[in-house]
Amino acid sequence: MREELLAQAEAVLEEWLKARGEAPTAETVEGFRLLALHRQGARGVPSFNACRETCREIAYHYNLLGEKREARTESMMQMLVEHLRLFVRGKLEVAGLGEFCCASRPLRQEIETHG
Amino acid sequence: MNSKYQKVAYYPGCALEGTAHAYSQSTKVVGKALGLQLEEVKDWNCCGAMEAKNVDPKVQTYLSSRVMSIAAHEMKHDVVMAPCNGCYHNLKKAEHELAHDAPAREVVERISKKAGHPAYRAGQVETIHALDWIKHGVGEDELKKRVKNSLKGLKVANYYGCMYTRPRHIFPEKDRGPGSESIAQPHFMDDLLAAAGAENVDFPLKTACCGGAHTLSDSDTSTKLVLNILRAAEAAGADVIATECPTCHSGLEMHQVRAEKVLGVKTGVKMLYFTQLLGIALGVSARKLGIHENVSDGMAALEKLG
Repeated sequence: MREELLAQAEAVLEEWLKARGEAPTAETVEGFRLLALHRQGARGVPSFNACRETCREIAYHYNLLGEKREARTESMMQMLVEHLRLFVRGKLEVAGLGEFCCASRPLRQEIETHG
Repeated sequence: MNSKYQKVAYYPGCALEGTAHAYSQSTKVVGKALGLQLEEVKDWNCCGAMEAKNVDPKVQTYLSSRVMSIAAHEMKHDVVMAPCNGCYHNLKKAEHELAHDAPAREVVERISKKAGHPAYRAGQVETIHALDWIKHGVGEDELKKRVKNSLKGLKVANYYGCMYTRPRHIFPEKDRGPGSESIAQPHFMDDLLAAAGAENVDFPLKTACCGGAHTLSDSDTSTKLVLNILRAAEAAGADVIATECPTCHSGLEMHQVRAEKVLGVKTGVKMLYFTQLLGIALGVSARKLGIHENVSDGMAALEKLG
C-alpha cells in the first residue's frame, strides 16, 4: 500500500514537470525520489513550495508504515497524496501562477490582453 | 517574556473588519485579559493583499510600507502586530524588499513623498503575528497561571495555512533554534493551546494549501482541498480545527458547507480562531469572543468542556 501511494505521489509531480517541459529526475533527496521531484518542480516557481511539507509528510508516513502497518496511518497517507494531487491539479489548470499563491494574475492578464 | 510586545501597534487589516470580525474582537479581548495593550494603526490602509500585487508588486510594497510608516513615525511604535496571515506576510515581504531591493526603495520613497508622509525604511518596526504577540509577550507559563476553564478534553488540530511561514526568506527570525517558530513544523499555536489545556492531535496538513486562491476561479478544487483538510482533522481525532488566518478560517467554514451541498459529504469538525479558544480558557464569555459570529457551530464542540 505505501509503495503504491508513494508511486502515485511521484506520478503527480511527474505530471507537473512534464507539463513544464522538463524530464522528471531519477535522483533522490534524503532517500526519496518524491522530495527530489518536488525540489525540481519548485525551481523557479516559489509558490510550488506550498506543497513541500505535504511531500515531506508523505515521506514521513511512508516511513511510519514501514515500522508498523496501521489503518489510520494508511488513511492519512492517502489523504496527503490526495491533497498533493488536488494542489498540483489546481496549479496545472492555472499555469503561470502569480509569484505567491495567487491564481488571478494570469486571468487578469488574459482579460487585459484579449479584452 | 518580551517587554517590547506589552504594547504594540495593531494592524487588523480588511478581513478582520469584515468576515473575521470575531477574530479581531477575540484578539482584543484576549490581549486585555492577558495584560497586553493594542493601539490600532491610525488611518491604516489595505496591505495590498493579492489584488494590488497583481497590478504592480511595488505598489503592494508601498501600501504595506505606509502602514509601518504610520506606526513608526506618527505613533512611535517599534512593533506592529497583524493577526491576518495575508497582512503579516505582506508586511514582512515589504520589509524584506525595502532591505534588499533598491528599486523598491525608490518607488516607496517617491510615492510616500507624493502622499505627504515619511517613507518607511527597513528596520524601523518589527512586524509580528498574533501568535508571536501572545507567545513572546505572555508565554505559556504565565498563560497557564491565568487559565480558569481548562480546555482539557478538547482535541484540537492546529491549522496554520500556507502564508504564515512561506516564503522562508521573508521570515529571518524563524528557525533560529529553541524558542523560535519552525518553518516546516510551526508550533506556536500548539504551544499556546496546550498551555490552555487542549490536547493537540498530530495533524499532517497543518501548513497545507486551503485553496484560498482558487476560491473564485475554481471553487470545486477549493472545496475538495478543504474537504481533505477537514477529513484529515477528523481522522486525527480532532473536535476542533484551530485557525489563525481569516482567509483560511472562512475558507474552511464556507467550503465545509459547500462540500455538503455540492459533493454531498458532511463533516462534523468545527472551526474556531485560536484566540476564541484561549478566551474560553481565560474565562471570557463566548459572546464576547464572537463565537456566535462564526459560520461553524463552535459552541457544539465546546459543550464537551462542560
